[in-house]
Amino acid sequence: MTLFAQAFAWIFSPDRLTGSTSLPSLVGQHLFFTLVSVVIAAVIAVPAGYLIGHTGRGREIAVGISGAARALPSFGLILLLVILIGVTRKSEAAYIAFVLLAIPSILAGAYAGIEAVDRRVVDAARAVGMTEWQILMRVEIPLGLPLLIGGLRAATLQVVATVTLAAYIGLGGLGLPIIAGLALRRFDQMLGAAIVIVVLALLLDGAFALLERLVVPRGVTAGRTKDVRTASSRRRAVMGTPIEEGNG
Amino acid sequence: MNWLINNWPLVLQLGVQHIRLSITPIVLGFVIAIPLGWLAYRFTLTRGLLLTIAGLLYTIPSLAMFVILPPLLGISFLSEINLTIALTIYAVAIMSRSVADALTSVDPAIRQSATAVGFGSWRRFWSVEFPLAGPVILAGLRVAAVSTISLVTVGILIGVDSLGYLFTNGSQRRIVLEILAGVVGVMIIALIVDFLLVRLGRVLMPWVPRQSRSFGRNQRQLAMEASS
Repeated sequence: MTLFAQAFAWIFSPDRLTGSTSLPSLVGQHLFFTLVSVVIAAVIAVPAGYLIGHTGRGREIAVGISGAARALPSFGLILLLVILIGVTRKSEAAYIAFVLLAIPSILAGAYAGIEAVDRRVVDAARAVGMTEWQILMRVEIPLGLPLLIGGLRAATLQVVATVTLAAYIGLGGLGLPIIAGLALRRFDQMLGAAIVIVVLALLLDGAFALLERLVVPRGVTAGRTKDVRTASSRRRAVMGTPIEEGNG
Repeated sequence: MNWLINNWPLVLQLGVQHIRLSITPIVLGFVIAIPLGWLAYRFTLTRGLLLTIAGLLYTIPSLAMFVILPPLLGISFLSEINLTIALTIYAVAIMSRSVADALTSVDPAIRQSATAVGFGSWRRFWSVEFPLAGPVILAGLRVAAVSTISLVTVGILIGVDSLGYLFTNGSQRRIVLEILAGVVGVMIIALIVDFLLVRLGRVLMPWVPRQSRSFGRNQRQLAMEASS
């Protein structure tokens, strides 16, 4: 436990506020890499996901991409792209890797959000005379928003984790004190940075969890009941009245 | 191509090592996730608690996890056990949620029928609920297996050799083919394991219709990925 005390001492030491690798600047770098990559990935993946979700075409491709992406080792992808694109342009290479890793989750979120909308609701919208564009904008996108935010959440956390690994190629970010500490055997520094990373990831996760709830359309929240399946089954088992035979 | 021809045995040896390192977390994760998933499904209190903890643990980036576990557990930083425990935690986090979802998805009428014909809760779980929850549990197992296989590579940063060795070594020596061999190797292992799990599912759960299962699985997988 003393190591944890040393780690916190490292985090809160005044030395962390100075120099080019000060803790706030590392946090800033980490967040900046994450934000830019997720935004670029969203610009690509959200329209594609909506197209797949609305038309129902290309579903197998979306499923295939998200399946294959999970098997893709992110660490290997970064190192591969850095060598292919050139060591002098390693931040561009890293961005490409981050974007590639963020796309599948966002695509899945956008697509699943629309797929999850009750077909009867879409049919009803079509029946009252909405155009396809109106159906997408006013019905499918608002109803699918929580799942899209879920996709963005998964993508963000994936990128936060990968940015940490990208410190290996000298990209900066909060992985830097860990990778540097590894060589110097500075465990307080490594643990301190790891704690900051965890806090950052948890805060981002919490922010997205909050956002996921906020974007649920009011009409959906109003009609929502508690977990019907488990509650009702138990009540039925206890309160069910025996069938009276022969009295009808 | 020269590098691959000359170093074929090394790739093969690292691949075998990689599979060995992947199996323990996948199996351990599966075994631990079943009781945890059941707890999460059965009681409202434990459901919120367990699924929240699972979600938070899954959020922790792997490199940070490798650094935090050793002082907490008193194990060595540069050790295989560190990697195994970290990956088991991720696998449990993924699978306990899918076990809970899977058990919830079992038709309550079937559960009641089983109780009505005299099944105790232990026997009802193993011979009715668990098999019926099988397809969804399998979907979770596949996700956990593939991401474990992919994450094993990060172990190279804590000195555990796997196909991840080809990444760092190839990066230092600037051999594109070496890194590529590592990436492709990991994906091949993941694909094979995934395929084997699907086959195993077909053998163990022959009652599940093929077409509808793959449909439901894909949808759920996507939804899971989006929400995890």
